[in-house]
Amino acid sequence: MSKINELFDSELKVINLGLESFSAELKLQKKQVVHVEWRPVAGGNKKLGSILDQL
Amino acid sequence: MGLKSYVKKNAYYDSVVLMQVTKELKKTEEINEVIVGMGTTLNKELAENLGLLTDEVKKTTQNDFFVSLDGEDAVDMDEVLNKITALLNKKKTSEDEDYRPATLKSALKVMPEANLALFSIPGEYAYDQVKKALDQGLHVMLFSDNVTIDEEKKLKDYAKEKGLLMMGPDCGTAIINHTPLAFANVIKAGNIGIVGASGTGTQEVSVLIDKFGGGISQVIGTGGRDLKEAIGGTMMLMAFEALEADDETEVIVLISKPPHESVAKKILERVKECKKPVVVDFIGGDTEMIKSYGAYPCISLEDAAQKAVALGKGNTPKDFNGFSMDEAMVDAMVEKEVQQYSNTQKYVRGLYTGGTLADEAMMVLTESLKAVYSNKPKSPEFKLEDVFRSKENTIIDLGEDEFTVGKPHPMIDPSARVERMKQEGADESVAVVLMDMVLGYGSHEDPAGEMIESINEAKESMTSNGGHLTVVASVCGTEGDPQDLEATEQKLKDAGVILMPSNAQAVKFVDKIMKRIS
Repeated sequence: MSKINELFDSELKVINLGLESFSAELKLQKKQVVHVEWRPVAGGNKKLGSILDQL
Repeated sequence: MGLKSYVKKNAYYDSVVLMQVTKELKKTEEINEVIVGMGTTLNKELAENLGLLTDEVKKTTQNDFFVSLDGEDAVDMDEVLNKITALLNKKKTSEDEDYRPATLKSALKVMPEANLALFSIPGEYAYDQVKKALDQGLHVMLFSDNVTIDEEKKLKDYAKEKGLLMMGPDCGTAIINHTPLAFANVIKAGNIGIVGASGTGTQEVSVLIDKFGGGISQVIGTGGRDLKEAIGGTMMLMAFEALEADDETEVIVLISKPPHESVAKKILERVKECKKPVVVDFIGGDTEMIKSYGAYPCISLEDAAQKAVALGKGNTPKDFNGFSMDEAMVDAMVEKEVQQYSNTQKYVRGLYTGGTLADEAMMVLTESLKAVYSNKPKSPEFKLEDVFRSKENTIIDLGEDEFTVGKPHPMIDPSARVERMKQEGADESVAVVLMDMVLGYGSHEDPAGEMIESINEAKESMTSNGGHLTVVASVCGTEGDPQDLEATEQKLKDAGVILMPSNAQAVKFVDKIMKRIS
């Protein structure tokens, strides 16, 4: 069975990164969701971000 | 106090939260105008238009948070900032008290059995984050736009290698295991599976399937560029194969703008091998080609839904290209509107929040009107010089990038359309305003309610100029949606809006008016 078909047969469990309203609405539907308090790494400095990522 | 601003460097808040804070502050009587946002080009333009662009705000970047306001003497900026801080913190604690990890990695520690990651972070950061999610074996829905096509190609190829869904970028809608994700409606369960490369097109088809008594098994979005030559339909093919293998799915619907010819061929060749009936709506594309591969082509999104429901019930699908009500009644309604116009009124203005719905309007109206201007026209000669000003016959997609960078999509934040409605109402050359009203999860809690004042104002303005403004709309929503469908329709009717049962019929109705007056 493909991984996509496996997903169809499983309970949906979501990690939400970005708009809070999307995770709030999943919660309203009593769905399992973890909201990530996402911020650009290193205040949006991509180079510094990728260095931090490697650490 | 006059004009005051405040800037916090390198502080990130999502655009929907900031919209809610701005809205809350606007309730303060002493504040004349206020904007709270990230320092994106669009937000700075908005600030300038509102007379709120200070030197300090001018220097902000998209990574900086700013507040700019014009208020009476009684307004104390420190108090305002305290209120904003309280609102931002309130947002964090009132919705839930759960632990909120800061990274995907730590989220996976909280929920190791997670199977899908939904991304709506700014597009420029998406590639690295999505790659990490795929690395972890998560299916992905990428709502964000502003992701390059090279990045999309790499992510989709990687997802294919791992057998994972990579829906997006710019994927606005999906319903997985009957759970609506991002912008999606509550649709009855059934035997129709949809793969859609166009967000609101997919929403419209799923809503109409529900209306016609059918139901859906899965709705998989691919993002609008999946069927371009550079991507090659990777995700549509993977999703199609999954639906083919899915026991719940008995009919498959594919929706996209006309694909690149080589991609269309590749997909249709795969469709030909499928034992389940397949309805293909390559909106405005080559229907003969679809037929030659044994699939069912469509005239409109509504026709796609009709055909899918018929096939799902074991019936023979028929073309539907008319009105649900008696055509003589439609003609009488058209005549009633036309009789009230002044002799300056000639044009239609389409104010759409749904891109595919705007495309459908443009496709039909271009046939009879020839020149239809837009921010994303069918041919480059009809590109609006200034997207913020309509010209002659215009159909605007308010969900396009120029309206949404650093600002929520117009389905969440109706303010851009509210302003545009007033603008069109003040233009004596306008006869008809055509619009969509998209309900469902993701959308504003009362999109019709937010529009009513501007509809009234536009209509009154036209009446005081000796004319009459026709407003035609269709509601893309179901009885199961979190907004109240019946109340939404009633509000629009009470404001004198002519409601049609689908976008296709709304556009055909306007087309009849335009044929009478042009």
